[in-house]
Amino acid sequence: MKKLLILGAGTGGTIMANKMRKLLERDEWDITIVDQYKTHYYQPGFLFMPFGYYTKNDVVKPKTNFIPFGVNVIFQEIERIDAPANSVHLKDGTNLRYDFLIIATGTRTAPEETPGLTGPLWRKNIFDFYTYEGASALADFFKTWKGRELVLNIADMPIKCPVAPLEFVMFADAFFVERGLRNDVNITYVTPLSGAFTKPRASKVLGELLVQKNINIVPDFYMERVDNEKKAIVSYDEREIPFDCLITVPVHKGDPLIGRSGLGDEMDFVKADKYTLQQVEFPNVFVIGDAGNFPTSKAGSVVHFQADVLTENLTCAIENRPLTNKFDGHSNCYIETGFGKGALIDFNYDTEPLPGSFPFPGIGPFGLLKESRTNHYGKLMFRWIYWHILLKGKEMPIDSKMTMAGKKM
Amino acid sequence: MAQKVFAGISVDVNDEGYMTDRSQWTKDIAKEIAKEEGIELTDKHYTLLDYLRERQSKGESLTIRSVGTSGIIDIKGFYQLFPGAPMKKAAKIAGIPKPASCV
Repeated sequence: MKKLLILGAGTGGTIMANKMRKLLERDEWDITIVDQYKTHYYQPGFLFMPFGYYTKNDVVKPKTNFIPFGVNVIFQEIERIDAPANSVHLKDGTNLRYDFLIIATGTRTAPEETPGLTGPLWRKNIFDFYTYEGASALADFFKTWKGRELVLNIADMPIKCPVAPLEFVMFADAFFVERGLRNDVNITYVTPLSGAFTKPRASKVLGELLVQKNINIVPDFYMERVDNEKKAIVSYDEREIPFDCLITVPVHKGDPLIGRSGLGDEMDFVKADKYTLQQVEFPNVFVIGDAGNFPTSKAGSVVHFQADVLTENLTCAIENRPLTNKFDGHSNCYIETGFGKGALIDFNYDTEPLPGSFPFPGIGPFGLLKESRTNHYGKLMFRWIYWHILLKGKEMPIDSKMTMAGKKM
Repeated sequence: MAQKVFAGISVDVNDEGYMTDRSQWTKDIAKEIAKEEGIELTDKHYTLLDYLRERQSKGESLTIRSVGTSGIIDIKGFYQLFPGAPMKKAAKIAGIPKPASCV
């Protein structure tokens, strides 16, 4: 039997297990997926939890629900990938040999990288909403909080879902307006970028939205540490911003396993070709999603589009043909803007988010780079699509390649 | 393509003033771009500029954090050399593209 091994049963690993099990003959190919955790989190849902819009049942399900019949599942910590020997060592001493490997180990937040962040104020006045535990703790905190300085800080790029921090402050604006507390809550968005977002036109549109909502932006702020006594964040150039409640988006890193295996960069992201998704040194190793050092969003939509490319390229590699598909960096993000409205952006490596309509040119129903109610419903609908269609690797009516149709220059 | 004259040499720049052809770069040009940014270049600056140019030529992505682990300087020192927005200013002076912060 030939062996396909998948490391990580998150969004990318699960989709690939589903897609490849359909393609590879069962009597020729053994497929195994390894993960240390049994719970699958709908990560986009974490954003909704602090405001009480989603609860546990909306975002948590067992991983095994989504792994198809005919795929072996091992819940075990991974010690090391020995790529030259085509094998993976697990913590319990098991050694798994593979013909082809897919790394889908994702990214994690590393609050310990910033001095003082996990100090005495951690989960008392400082919260992360990128973890289930952080989002839950913040939901409790917001139930009784009366204000004053609400500061959101992004420690560094890249981060998962670069629009989530923007959505968070816009949700917070709506949430405190609805509770009659907005005059007592000052919201400040503190970012290492030069503006609200990374790409110029979206940055301008989103920046203007923040201004309209009376949210302050502090750009070019690179956090060095948290001063727990002063309740302030301090930048490397000695600027201080005081807070009563700090929402942190900590430094993101790849899984430490990648570093131990010598396959990554200094942040433990796997070095991979941004077009073919192949690891740079080992042609039988592929990467999908947040685990890679791809210069695109770390987001579920990217994983979804990459999955089509990876399925084709992996098939090529298995059949010993040149890789025929290229990932274009396509990313597609709904942006919640509060009060039942949302925006949508669609872009790739070369084309920044532009205004227009999506997915059908001139029709929509979704509007690009502008606020609408339909966009908001798109985001809400997406949770159902995620659990029922996306994870199972079924077809969606959106092409993995970005199209210029429907976009206005 | 816009042109700009530094140290008597005409170089190609984009609309944000970043050089688009790294081969046109010289230390004298760096000195003049730095002057526009209000920075007087020292040997330490040049060591760092060489390091950034070398990494950029290998296609590696440049971040403040990675400069902090370079062994040449820590992040605080990087900010002291290029106050305000060190990565953007250093890239401009080093004659390499503005680092794309990953989306």
